[in-house]
Amino acid sequence: MINFDSIKHVRGESQFVYDFIPFEKVLYAYVFYSPVAHGIIKKINLDNALGIPGVRYIFTYKDITGENQVGGIIQDEVLLAENEVDFIGQPIALVVADNFLTAKHAAKLIKCDIEELPSIFDPREAFQKGSLIIPPRVFSLGDVDEAWKECDVIVEDRVESGSQEHLYLETQGSIAFPVENEGIKIFSSTQNPTGVQRVAARVLNMPMNKIEVDVLRIGGGFGGKEDQATHWAVLTAMAAKKLQTAVKLILPRQEDMRITGKRHPYSTDFKIGLKKDGKIVAYEVTYYQNAGAAADLSPAILERTLFHTTNSYYIPNVRATAISCKTNLPPFTAFRGFGGPQAMFVMECALYKASQVLGIDYHQLQKINLLKDGDEFPYGQRAENCRAKVCYDSLEKIYKVDEVKGRIEKFNNQNRFIKKSYSIMPVCFGISFTTTFLNQASALVHVYTDGSVSISTAAVEMGQGVNAKLINIASRVFSIPPTRIKLETTNTTRIANTSPTAASKGSDLNGFATMEACQAILKRLKKLAATELKIEDENQIEFKDEVVYCKGEKTDLTWNKIVQKAYVNRVSLSAHAFHATPGLYFDRDTSKGHPFAYHVYGTALIEVTVDCLRGTYKLDSVQVVHDLGETLHPVVDKGQIEGGIVQGIGWMTMEEIIYDKRGKLITDSLSTYKIPDVYGAPEKIEIHFLENAPNDFGPFKSKAVGEPPFMYGIGAFFAILKAMNVFRPGLEIKFIAPMTHERVLMTLYSEVKEKVRL
Amino acid sequence: MTRFILNNELVETGLPSGYVLLDFIRKNKGLTGTKEGCREGDCGACTVLVGEYHNTEIKYINVNSCLMPIGSVNGKHVVTIEGLNTNKLNPVQEAFVYEGGTQCGFCTSGFIVSLMGYIITNINYKFEDAIEYISGNICRCTGYEGIKRAIWRALNEISKLKINSLRNYEEYRIELVKYEIIPDYFLTIKEKLKQLNSIKQEDLKIDRNYLVGGGTDLYVQKLEELVDKNVIIISNDESYREIFLSGKEIYIGGGCTVSMIESSEIIDGYYPELKDFLKLFGSKQIRNKATVAGNIVNASPIGDLTNMLIALGAKIILSSGREKRTLSLKDFYKGYKNLDKAPDELIESIIIQIPEGKYLFNFEKVSRRIYLDIASVNSSFFANVENGYLSNVRISAGGVAPIPLYLKKTSKLLENVHLNSELILEAANTAQREISPITDARGSAEYKSLLLRQLILAHFQKFYSELVKPEIIFQWEV
Repeated sequence: MINFDSIKHVRGESQFVYDFIPFEKVLYAYVFYSPVAHGIIKKINLDNALGIPGVRYIFTYKDITGENQVGGIIQDEVLLAENEVDFIGQPIALVVADNFLTAKHAAKLIKCDIEELPSIFDPREAFQKGSLIIPPRVFSLGDVDEAWKECDVIVEDRVESGSQEHLYLETQGSIAFPVENEGIKIFSSTQNPTGVQRVAARVLNMPMNKIEVDVLRIGGGFGGKEDQATHWAVLTAMAAKKLQTAVKLILPRQEDMRITGKRHPYSTDFKIGLKKDGKIVAYEVTYYQNAGAAADLSPAILERTLFHTTNSYYIPNVRATAISCKTNLPPFTAFRGFGGPQAMFVMECALYKASQVLGIDYHQLQKINLLKDGDEFPYGQRAENCRAKVCYDSLEKIYKVDEVKGRIEKFNNQNRFIKKSYSIMPVCFGISFTTTFLNQASALVHVYTDGSVSISTAAVEMGQGVNAKLINIASRVFSIPPTRIKLETTNTTRIANTSPTAASKGSDLNGFATMEACQAILKRLKKLAATELKIEDENQIEFKDEVVYCKGEKTDLTWNKIVQKAYVNRVSLSAHAFHATPGLYFDRDTSKGHPFAYHVYGTALIEVTVDCLRGTYKLDSVQVVHDLGETLHPVVDKGQIEGGIVQGIGWMTMEEIIYDKRGKLITDSLSTYKIPDVYGAPEKIEIHFLENAPNDFGPFKSKAVGEPPFMYGIGAFFAILKAMNVFRPGLEIKFIAPMTHERVLMTLYSEVKEKVRL
Repeated sequence: MTRFILNNELVETGLPSGYVLLDFIRKNKGLTGTKEGCREGDCGACTVLVGEYHNTEIKYINVNSCLMPIGSVNGKHVVTIEGLNTNKLNPVQEAFVYEGGTQCGFCTSGFIVSLMGYIITNINYKFEDAIEYISGNICRCTGYEGIKRAIWRALNEISKLKINSLRNYEEYRIELVKYEIIPDYFLTIKEKLKQLNSIKQEDLKIDRNYLVGGGTDLYVQKLEELVDKNVIIISNDESYREIFLSGKEIYIGGGCTVSMIESSEIIDGYYPELKDFLKLFGSKQIRNKATVAGNIVNASPIGDLTNMLIALGAKIILSSGREKRTLSLKDFYKGYKNLDKAPDELIESIIIQIPEGKYLFNFEKVSRRIYLDIASVNSSFFANVENGYLSNVRISAGGVAPIPLYLKKTSKLLENVHLNSELILEAANTAQREISPITDARGSAEYKSLLLRQLILAHFQKFYSELVKPEIIFQWEV
């Protein structure tokens, strides 16, 4: 099974937004943004910039004909700054010129007089000063205050996890152009076409039906283009409408890194109580989420942190508090895992620290506390078809963890400065948008008279292979080869009111919708075939490999013939289907309900080698047992797991976002912000799909795959930590991620470090 | 006028020689398979092949087209992804499809071009070598595992054709064409290039203020300044691209690329370690373009090659056209980006002594990411060794001062002594007193200071492992 999109990729024939050349004339835009983190705009002078030949227009908030507002969940974010700026990178003006370099040059000549105000960058400081996005949220189970009394040991600590740049290879971008009837068409690199349409309508003061958003594919999203692709699309729409010509805005890499939001950094306090035998009795945790200067998706991300506070473990008494803190950094946004990784990292830190105090092996402690069927999550849902233990046990067996331990011990005895270690990371991730109403999708399926099929859905293809999966679903329902099916662009005129392609839910939602649309057509064709074959019961008709079978017998009717007959008999060959995930509810007042259709489980074994002289490390292997249900597309699913793992490892190891004291991003290029390269990725990754694990809540018994594997990467942090502990037993550790080379060395040599003369 | 062959098409353009090749390919020629991901040579999405006719053969190299002035491809063959496509998928493309080597597709053409560069220029395949060809290609989707599987599969498939025993590239490329691994026009390129290079070049109205070596730094830092200028491409001049032996000295032309040093038999004969150390320098694509003189004159305090050359005691020959002078490289740097160089001088060549007797030579580098990254700190160590005594000790350190630093006191401390653990520790500690690191994106000042100490210990751990033990390295005062 292959992903047909990849044939175009390897030939360089796949188009991305900036590849479209459908216009005689296109103008180029460049964003002028705030150079200070917080301040009042006193004066802005565009004269010098406008004097440059080739500059067509410079837009400021004054040019906005509708509402200057891009906020989704909370309407607290302007498109172009008015009187105040709240972060470095906040768009103030848009320069439109004949070519890119002219626009960029002109932007440098804009004079903007800003009176600086005090800034906050630290979430705890923001909390103390009452600078919050929303009031704190609390999830609780059992009675934590009472439970402490039952504990034999109680361990507390603080955990810091860092931000992360999406680094989609295709930067943010959009082309907009005017169409007749005072309309605007937008080609946007977005995960959320309807979001773009809705905000464009609001900002341009136009009805939504006059704005068409079309997405062919995007060059990676990872959440970074869920909410934050909107700004650029709307800016081009505004410019195209005013200037009545096509306008293109592609963010250069450095601007993309400086202006757009990233994964939320969290600062967290935890307190965990256990029995002597290792059973966790109580867990109290307070997350300080650094949300940046506007809400963006932070409240939803905050909520998912709470949903995943106990990861793959059962804890009877939990109180988790999450605080979304408003600071003067670019608004942080969705990123694969959506707040889940931050929670799970803290949970593992708590277990690791508890294991040291208790003297029980860390992985033993994980096993003792794994979730099982019927266990209640802090949000009230109970674990069903729980596969935490079967994944963990299979992992130990398949990858012979006992032998790994022995091999590592032998190596460590023979090497003085080079130490190896391993870690095991279980993951349990809930599938569904936690905002229940978003769990809806539609599909429009056409069968043409030659038997070829066209599918439109709400799903955006961003490399996650959703198109390949949808083709596979249609191919299975119709029993025709995948080559006869085409996935259309995601377009708001064909499929309306779409949810963003996010929450790992794209294939589930759109897969069911596609399946239901195909089934509707199939049902009509079966009925027609029954008539043609003169039988009463259409259920005795079956379609197999493009041939119609009746009562199990092959007939002369083929797919092509029956489609032709349908057309001639005026039977509709098109269907639109709507799917809403059944059974979901969640009460935000009580923080209880049934927010997830199901959970994805899995466990990873990570091995590392740490050079304790130089403070560097190497990822030797990651081996996984992962619960996919029944895979819809093995090549795609494997790729999602492998890619997720390496992103997760990057977050935990080398990827470090650094701001200076003024809130300016220092790591604003690929030369300073490093993601794993071919050598930085694990030398070996092995994925084992858990067998006999059908899922009743996914199309063709499948499970979602996008986000859960990201969190296997968390194991890299603990594997490195364990190796450091081998070199220096009793080492005092701080739970600060990412574990960069710098942190490894500074931790290992803390007493030497203090004597280093500066 | 710049003339070159782009895929199968002869291109002539009057655009300034400083205009960027990537823009020419995408905007002027509408070939959109080549992607822009970062414009600083750090992602490889814009990788193209450049073929140069040289000694009866065409030699192809992988380069980042975002850092290439079009002037530097004058008289050459430029191959983009479009120029590699045949009617069917080639084995590399097919393997990427079947093994999940691509997801979003944005980085993919860069990977395919890099790997086809490997196939075209290597008759015998080794997995590790093929991986090196994608050392400058970044993928955010796959985690590289599908790409590695695809490489295994592709090399395996092509090996089955048994064309890997052929002697020369001409025969080999005929076979590649026969099996539709590359398009057939490749076989006509040699004649076309010969013809192209026989056309006499009319003189460009060149601007002497804009000299470009490989462009790998200049085009990151000064793009806007260069795109509309007729820059002079120093490395187009053959006389700056020679490596030869003269007496006891190896002469390296200033326009030699890092790759040329890596593959030089002369250098390998005397300093075989160097080619391994150079793997830590940039990526394959960058090494194919970055020049020695460029690395030196860029004066980055963390330049890897400069760091190695200082430890090797290199001298440079500066030429103003009228006069020449020779200078020790370690004395070339006066302050941050401040050189002992007149505006009209350029580095004509670099001289290193061939080693006499037994010697120790090591290079250490730690960065955020091990490959394709700029060092947090780097250090090179050279010494002659006789009867357990060190002489001609030269230790350099990068990333810890405004200039590429020669550690004078530390080197002197070790001169003519019999090594022991205490002395090694003292050397590591002495180095601390010669440096002035600052905090930046590559690490805190405190870290860089500690790291240099560790790297000096690492030099000795490599050669005298019994003297550098975990028990002693936590000691500070000796």
